Amino acid sequence: MTRFLVPLALFALLAVVLAIGIRHSPDKGIIASPLLGKAAPQFSLPNLTDPAHEVRSADLRGHWYLFNVWGTWCGGCREEHEMLLQVHRAGVVPIVGLDWKDDDAQALGWLTQLGNPYQSVATDHSGREAIEWGVYGAPETFLVNPQGLIVYKHIGALTPETWTREILPRVSGLVGGSS
Amino acid sequence: MLPELGHFALILALLLAGLQAFFGIAGPALGRDRWSGAVSAAVAGQAVMVATAVGCLVSSFVSEDFSVAYVAENANSALPLFYRVAALWGAHEGSLLLWILLLAAWTVAVAIGSARLPPRFAARVLGVLGVVSFGFLLFTLATSNPFLRLNPPAPDGRDLNPILQDPGLAVHPPILYTGYVGFAVAFAFASAAMLEGRLDQNWARWTRPWTTTAWAFLTCGIALGSFWAYYELGWGGFWFWDPVENASFMPWLVGTALVHSLAATDKRGLFKSWTLLLAILAFSLSLLGTFLVRSGVLVSVHSFAADPTRGIFILVFLIIMIGGALTLYAWRAPLLRSAAGFELGARESFLLFNNVLLVTAAGTVFAGTLAPLISDSLKLGTLSVGPPYFNPTFMLSMLPLLALLAVGIHANWKRGRLKDSERTLLYTLVVAAVLGCGFTFGLYSHAKILTPVAATLGVWILLSSLIDPIDRWRRGLTLSRGVLGMTLAHCGLALAVIALTAVQSFTIERDVALAPGGTAAVGDYEFRFMGVKPVEGPNYDAVQGTLIVTRHGAPVAVLSPQKRQYWVQHQVTSETAIRMHRGNNLLLALGEDLGAGRWSVRVQIRPLVSLIWIAAFIMALGGAIAASDRRYRTARALAPAPAGAVEQPG
Repeated sequence: MTRFLVPLALFALLAVVLAIGIRHSPDKGIIASPLLGKAAPQFSLPNLTDPAHEVRSADLRGHWYLFNVWGTWCGGCREEHEMLLQVHRAGVVPIVGLDWKDDDAQALGWLTQLGNPYQSVATDHSGREAIEWGVYGAPETFLVNPQGLIVYKHIGALTPETWTREILPRVSGLVGGSS
Repeated sequence: MLPELGHFALILALLLAGLQAFFGIAGPALGRDRWSGAVSAAVAGQAVMVATAVGCLVSSFVSEDFSVAYVAENANSALPLFYRVAALWGAHEGSLLLWILLLAAWTVAVAIGSARLPPRFAARVLGVLGVVSFGFLLFTLATSNPFLRLNPPAPDGRDLNPILQDPGLAVHPPILYTGYVGFAVAFAFASAAMLEGRLDQNWARWTRPWTTTAWAFLTCGIALGSFWAYYELGWGGFWFWDPVENASFMPWLVGTALVHSLAATDKRGLFKSWTLLLAILAFSLSLLGTFLVRSGVLVSVHSFAADPTRGIFILVFLIIMIGGALTLYAWRAPLLRSAAGFELGARESFLLFNNVLLVTAAGTVFAGTLAPLISDSLKLGTLSVGPPYFNPTFMLSMLPLLALLAVGIHANWKRGRLKDSERTLLYTLVVAAVLGCGFTFGLYSHAKILTPVAATLGVWILLSSLIDPIDRWRRGLTLSRGVLGMTLAHCGLALAVIALTAVQSFTIERDVALAPGGTAAVGDYEFRFMGVKPVEGPNYDAVQGTLIVTRHGAPVAVLSPQKRQYWVQHQVTSETAIRMHRGNNLLLALGEDLGAGRWSVRVQIRPLVSLIWIAAFIMALGGAIAASDRRYRTARALAPAPAGAVEQPG
């Protein structure tokens, strides 16, 4: 009689293992970027807020910076905007924005209305630049080191956890990669 | 408009699946025959709705409607029409839709084929299929809607994953899924029998053709997948024990056991509770495969974008379906009695060994696949097992299985009179050993210990399974499709064993650095590198190398491996150049640019590798022929075949 219960018991055990597996899975579900550890693309793009000066990768050499891909059409970007403002206020690392496939007037309105966390914002109307960066979808944030290498990539809205666990330690030299 | 129509059709399909499940299960349980009668109408309605939804998504792909998020993520205006259609199942949401479409197709087939079944039993089978369909539709609508719009629409799509841009993609997933989903039918038959509390030999006869058909599709799908990995991905191998490959292989192993166990239940009324359990297991493993691929629990090259919410949903669904079926099993299986006994040397014993060994093999694969997960849950650190675990443990159950197959083919039902075939067995074994060792030591100079053993077993099975049918044919007796199919499938297995042995033992693999004009000798072949040139495809740029292959000075082929960079996703893929020559498979892949015109080139020479896939297709063909046997289509009024009859597919 009881031997017919064995499959059920084994399955219950398996279900527990799978449930634990799911709880741990967010750590693993990161889409690795082929660009990690490689040089960030060179660019020279129109500046959203200051048409007289282009945003150029050469000018960013020698400093850490966050490269944030966003657009006014993107819901996740509005969600993460508050977090970007906090990062900006912390003053640890500047944020360079890439306004992706967007309307300049709308983008300027967004920054006036919600606040501007960016050191500078480059515009990418055609989407070519986002392709260079291998952008998977907005928002996306890349961390670039003073040597111009991409050391970290975050997909989706930037979260406080990512900031404290992944970005801050790298920028403050607590984790290898600042070399 | 079309995406909304598709979305709406999917919601209607969900409702109809709910009705199908309710009427199918509650009708017979409450004895309301009119409820049971409504089931086929729900089946037909659901199928129409699902087909409409799929049609809407396909037309969004064809018309390049990048306002649909799923289309924008998986197609591009530069993508050829053929791949825009195939992109339907290029990612998670659409492939789920394909799953649902195929389930609807199987359900319609069962509804049509069930005209000969007792109406209540048929209603229950369709009801259980309705539950499965309901679960998948709810999953799609709740977590993975393929019809979501983008606002504003994307100007152009992100393109289909370049790895998937190959004709292999167009056929591999649908065929594989047809096999997976087909086991839902066996599962539904098992559940219906348990709900009814009755299982006789007729039950096994009804279930057999469906199971064998699903098995044949799964065999084909796995073989195509393996072929695709070899040919398109250029990974230089045909099987990697990757979690997703294992996810399709486990149901196959258990499904193979089920096909054999059903034979014993059909012919002799034996192993009833065991057969039920296998039917539940085969489908459970298919579901588990879906879970592993889509939940992000295991990391695999094949994984869809991970999403824990989806994982939780599938887990709950797994618990309801499998947990429910196993509870039903614990309740009903003790009531089943096997009518007959059998002697040790009888065919029944061999089928039992077959089952035990196949389930053991599935168990070892299962343990290896879930090992990272288990060690993670027990906090033992991250552990990953690969071929060094899988190859030997798998062999451990396969070698005895092969040996027993060669013997068991000659065994009779019920009585263990193997002595009658003693001479045949001995002669075939001697011939097999001579051929196997000759093949090993004559054709190739080097070998591993298991090489002659496995080669001998392969030849032995081939001879052994051909002897009876040839004998019958020479005496002018008819061969039923069942026997013919069984023989073909066993021959396919034998050929697969021979091919795998050759590939595993005699493959040559070298990485060479070549300057233009330079040559490298690998095995019997010489490769002369003629340099590289740029090539442009419809949506990619490539560099193409040219190599002239000669053997002892005689020209063999000119091969042109490519390295492609796709424009949109910037992914680099390696397009290998493959050529068959005298049973050897030559594979060239372009590696890295070493500067100054020099390139690294990977050269692989695999003997008989194509035979692996040919053998798998022979097995699948055998399954298809066996499933079409006349005895499955005759009315159920026929008495069960007398025990000891010769024409047993099994």
